[in-house]
Amino acid sequence: MRYLPLTLDDRQVMLAAIGAADLDALYRDVPASARLKAPVDLPMHAGEMAVEREIGALAAKNRAAGQGPFFLGAGAYRHHIPAAVDHLIQRSEFLTSYTPYQPEIAQGTLQYLFEFQSQVALITGMEVANASLYDGATACAEAVLMALRVTRRKRAILSGGLHPHYRETVATALSFMAEEALLLPADASGAEDLLSRIDPETACVVVQNPTLFGHIADLSSLAQACHDKGALLIVAVSEVVSLGAVRPPGAMGADIVVAEGQSIGLPLSFGGPYLGLFATREKFLRQMPGRLCGQTLDEDGRRGFVLTLSAREQHIRREKATSNICTNCGLCALAFCIHLTLLGEAGFTHLARLNHRLAAQAAARLGALPGVRLLNSGFFNEFTLALPVPAAPLVEALAAQGVLAGVPLSRLYPDDAALANLLLVAVTETNSSEDIDRLAAAIAGGL
Amino acid sequence: MLNRQGRESAPTGTSRPAAAGMPGHRGLQLEEPLSFEQGQAGRSGVDLPPLPVGEDCLGGLARQGEIGLPGLSEPQTVRHFVRLSRQNYAIDMGAYPLGSCTMKHNPRLNEKLARLPGFADLHPLQPLSTVQGALELIDRLAHWLKILTNMPAVAMSPAAGAHGELCGLMTIRAALAAAGDARQRVLVPESAHGTNPATAAICGYQVESIPAGPDGRIELAALTARLGPDVAALMLTNPNTCGLFENEILAVAEAVHAAGAYFYCDGANFNAIVGRVRPGDLGIDAMHINLHKTFSTPHGGGGPGAGPVVLSERLAPFAPLPYVVHGPQGFRLVEQAGEPGHAPIGRMKSFHGQMGMFVRALAYMMSHGADGLAQAAGDAVLGANYLLARLSDVMSASFPGPCMHEALFDDRFLKDTGVTTLDFAKALIDAGYHPMTMYFPLVVHGALLFEPTESESRESLDELIATLRRLAAAAQAGAVEDFRAAPRYAPRRRLDETMAARKPVLRWRPAQGGTAK
Amino acid sequence: MSETRYTEDHEWIRIEGDLGTIGITDYAQNQLGDVVFVELPEVGRTFAKGDEAAVVESVKAASEIFAPVAGEVVAVNQALVENPALANQDAQGEGWFLRLRIGNAAELGALMDEGAYKAFVEGLA
Repeated sequence: MRYLPLTLDDRQVMLAAIGAADLDALYRDVPASARLKAPVDLPMHAGEMAVEREIGALAAKNRAAGQGPFFLGAGAYRHHIPAAVDHLIQRSEFLTSYTPYQPEIAQGTLQYLFEFQSQVALITGMEVANASLYDGATACAEAVLMALRVTRRKRAILSGGLHPHYRETVATALSFMAEEALLLPADASGAEDLLSRIDPETACVVVQNPTLFGHIADLSSLAQACHDKGALLIVAVSEVVSLGAVRPPGAMGADIVVAEGQSIGLPLSFGGPYLGLFATREKFLRQMPGRLCGQTLDEDGRRGFVLTLSAREQHIRREKATSNICTNCGLCALAFCIHLTLLGEAGFTHLARLNHRLAAQAAARLGALPGVRLLNSGFFNEFTLALPVPAAPLVEALAAQGVLAGVPLSRLYPDDAALANLLLVAVTETNSSEDIDRLAAAIAGGL
Repeated sequence: MLNRQGRESAPTGTSRPAAAGMPGHRGLQLEEPLSFEQGQAGRSGVDLPPLPVGEDCLGGLARQGEIGLPGLSEPQTVRHFVRLSRQNYAIDMGAYPLGSCTMKHNPRLNEKLARLPGFADLHPLQPLSTVQGALELIDRLAHWLKILTNMPAVAMSPAAGAHGELCGLMTIRAALAAAGDARQRVLVPESAHGTNPATAAICGYQVESIPAGPDGRIELAALTARLGPDVAALMLTNPNTCGLFENEILAVAEAVHAAGAYFYCDGANFNAIVGRVRPGDLGIDAMHINLHKTFSTPHGGGGPGAGPVVLSERLAPFAPLPYVVHGPQGFRLVEQAGEPGHAPIGRMKSFHGQMGMFVRALAYMMSHGADGLAQAAGDAVLGANYLLARLSDVMSASFPGPCMHEALFDDRFLKDTGVTTLDFAKALIDAGYHPMTMYFPLVVHGALLFEPTESESRESLDELIATLRRLAAAAQAGAVEDFRAAPRYAPRRRLDETMAARKPVLRWRPAQGGTAK
Repeated sequence: MSETRYTEDHEWIRIEGDLGTIGITDYAQNQLGDVVFVELPEVGRTFAKGDEAAVVESVKAASEIFAPVAGEVVAVNQALVENPALANQDAQGEGWFLRLRIGNAAELGALMDEGAYKAFVEGLA
């Protein structure tokens, strides 16, 4: 057993030092009836080759995104990840360390968290950001809980443009708290009226920008309407690359910005692990959930970093904590931080504009196909097509031809017949013009 | 005859501290400024194709003005993060006996397999016909977890231990609600990890703390006195945070069930018993499993983790969405409510769970096998007991052995030395170790909690023991100044946490140091 | 003429007429360590005896300040918000938290005087 250094001799010597006859004697506090006498019914240990063969066979049964033209988004996006990112996050000192509880020997982790918090605050246009949460959807749920605390109100309004996974995650959390989540119907057109829904009971309005369906909106008047009624505006961003080209929520008056950070530095990985970004205004700092890294000095007067404001957290506050979250998504935050550092101001904004231009070309092309209609006027790298036929069977048929055409909205809203013919198409820098040609030809041929 | 030609080949005896280099470097200890302090406008570490010609369709909402991100080339970026990495301690560098955190070896095979394009380059919303292998992997991991725990169901989507706790308590609350039973209280021993009461509170429960008995375990009488028709659940960590197995667990489960409540087990310490004891045989209704602890997915400086929750028959119908089922045409993913016999609590996060962690955990389990997992648990328990036995004469063990996978000491052995648990921890840093967990659990004074794990060889344990004995002796011999000054050989000396909290500086700002160029 | 009374939660209340000034004791600030943050109520709020009236945080701990008697907040110590260290430097003077108009003077009778509190603290050691 290659991972276990103790030899039979070692075990005997150690048992003797302890004064125990055998290993079972150390388990004497376990009721005898519950101590297994034989291994459980699972395979015995296996060498590297055998494990690699078996798990590799499972991987081979899947169709990887890179095997052909690929246009899926809806909250998870395929972007190019520079080789240096994956190399650096696999350095032992990052990969095999724990939460930085002993700051003197964890400055590496703490400094990148500080840089990460700075990056997130800058791109969202907000004042402060935390050291990350699990993913965009859980960050969104935490944002709503925070708004309920800040406003001491009980009602959250969730836009029909918000990703249904985010909506359901929020609704699940609120269903256990006697708080109310008002879920507006799916908003494919981007025309929903939120302003008239805000009343003095409203704790927060949650919108997504760009929306699930790809629409970009100016949120300034919505922010003003929220503030006039004492409510907070929460903006979710499921495609974080958009922040390189689109006006950030912070510049439009958002009080809390949450985002899915996967697009920068993280592979699709079938949905996880991803990275929840969370940013807010300085005045709400003490109500913010999650770990925070702060700057300070050491005994010799040198700059250093520590986890700070921990008195908000569960390990001190216990049942009065702002959240039950224990840690962050450290390694994912590192991947994000490295990728964004490599991009820099010039690279990040260029990447975003490149995504947009490619998507705009594709949208014009696909929207001109007979019987197909583009639903968006303003969008970033994702748009909705209304097809003359149900989208799901078409996507299935095109997959058989080697083209992964997009996400049929019926996958997310199976019970909403009005959405059955809608196809969500995402285009990133990884798509070549040949990919777009093949997609257009495949859709035209499939109609 | 000494060689007078060429370089010196022995120390010259003129040793004195070297002057620090310009940016504060000393030898291999390299200081590293923030990325924001070393950027140049227009510099980038990526080359992208030029923008295609065309119109923007951003709806008039294009970003205005600079963001303020620094520009670094690839070599600068690589050097920046490599230098930062060298300021961290890690399991790959040495023993990391951080109790309750389980810092064991992270096999690199697991990293390799998680990066196979068939897993890493797979979108969560691809047609199910194109992801059958991924669903099969989730199903197979679920099978291993169910067999190892002897529980009938497992919810795979929770992203971490605390998230798993939340999932477990939500299913309990949903099961009670379905039975028309609106119980309000959750009992949590005071030795519990802080996530337990925090979780119960955000699940809408009132939390009631139960004191620990003198032997560090829950007292059946104290528990029974608190049980009643208003108690929804007991949240108990087993083995508990003192590193002890709750020896009355069968009676505890019986009492909890007799009161109509559910028994939630915090499975953070499952690594002590995996392959040897099955929670399903102990009367447990729900338990989360930290894949990053028991099944060695890397901690990564604090996440990502994964926290699947095994559920009893009574709780299984309430498991969250989505879940994988076998169908006539292969594997199916249930993403919406409405399946007969299921009343899911809802959704815990986007998509289907921490797939990257699932691959790593399954690779780890298959490598160890049924026999190896039991041996790993046994070796972890053996190592902790070895520490307890070899240190009990010089340090104050809080409870007599045998312990499980952790050895708990308190600060009585430091009484009147002027040395605190914190000082002791910092001195361990100077001795080349990551310290033990300090001041947790809260039920003993100045706690020092050691978890050596099965990854340490006997030689490594002997070195750690020798170091701890030397430090204990030094503390008792009055070397308080050395302790107060520690650490002296780390990248930083003690940091001012009061300053950090009183005037929080949580991000870089141009005015504060250099400028964004 | 003022008189100071103490609670088992290590708070003090200095009574001057129908006003009571409230803070944490020197023992409490010692136990908490460096105070880094306080959250005080708005002037005008009313509390019943035992309600959470304020929050005090150190680096390692957080705790609530409970209203030792019922009353309405008439003043809070803004200087303490700006400089939480006052709670450590002068816990029973400059480091006061809030001032109440006492709602029910009879509740004062249940609190400890200085001698009783001293004995209470000694009993904890």
